[in-house]
Amino acid sequence: MKKRGKFGKIKGFVIQFIPYSEIKDLDSNKRIRKILDIVLKNNIIILQGRLRPEEETRLIGDTMAMIGHVKNFKGIELAVISNNKELNIFSKLRKKIANFFSGGDLGAITIIGPATIVKEIKRNPKKIELMLNR
Amino acid sequence: MAMKILRNFFKRIFLNIFKGRKEIKLGFYGPPNVGKTSLANKICKDFTGEEIGKVSKIPHETRNIQFKEKVEISYKGKKMVLKLIDTPGITTKVDYEDFLKYKMSKKEAKKRAKEATQGVIESIKWLDDMDLVVVVLDATENPYNQVNITIIGNLVARKIPVLIVANKIDLKKADVKRIEAAFPEYEVVGISAKYGKNLEEFYESIFKFVKKI
Repeated sequence: MKKRGKFGKIKGFVIQFIPYSEIKDLDSNKRIRKILDIVLKNNIIILQGRLRPEEETRLIGDTMAMIGHVKNFKGIELAVISNNKELNIFSKLRKKIANFFSGGDLGAITIIGPATIVKEIKRNPKKIELMLNR
Repeated sequence: MAMKILRNFFKRIFLNIFKGRKEIKLGFYGPPNVGKTSLANKICKDFTGEEIGKVSKIPHETRNIQFKEKVEISYKGKKMVLKLIDTPGITTKVDYEDFLKYKMSKKEAKKRAKEATQGVIESIKWLDDMDLVVVVLDATENPYNQVNITIIGNLVARKIPVLIVANKIDLKKADVKRIEAAFPEYEVVGISAKYGKNLEEFYESIFKFVKKI
């Protein structure tokens, strides 16, 4: 849990790691609920793998619906890091087969945090920076 | 029975008349304040003389879906009819306090924030209705923003063709190559919606994409 000191400065926060196996068998509703439950506790999530594209938009939509209804909630910061290199046809096929057997893109990492704590996730192809709110 | 035959006959004639003149639903998507409405306005103004919506420097000016039907675009002797759909900017966070710096009252800022969140939800809902989407990005900003990636990922998953527009190329900081490098699998057209710069290439691409639909 994030703790604030005497002057409102963040003294610490929790980063929760979720292995893909924890969400693999969940349907979209349960996946989103699980993520939002953690984010609403002001924790930052590092998720192995990534959500499906429609789950990412669903997460954004559900987040928007909560703003104004959940006290002090201003939304989330979200970033997915995956291998975006242009793959040749064989590498693409290999990746698809691997994803099929593992049930998702395990080479990816998803970072989700509440906007009250994570000010910005800056990224470029070589690095990712988590900028925190003071 | 006779009525049914007659009805089908007229339906066939009607369909034949309008065959090939199908209205293509063209959506403008992207984060807030990248110039989606400016581009939609420019197209509308060029071909209908009217604008689609208001633009502003304050983010989330477009908070409702706005559209213009039966916009006939003609370019180099080619014609097509579009339904232009301008959508509110998609974002993952909305903080009413961000609007206070634009000399808004707290009440106004809260109202704007609430409408902005509803606008994002609307934009997402409309994704399924598009025939072709123009993802508008700000050429001066870092393109590696998850919202851009999520929008494009969703369009690909829905098999909706995507054209990326790098807007604001009139600004010094604009870097179209950076956007091309971020999305190497997509066609990127650099334009300035504000000054109508390089719109020929944009129309050329739109006609090319419409052929594929």
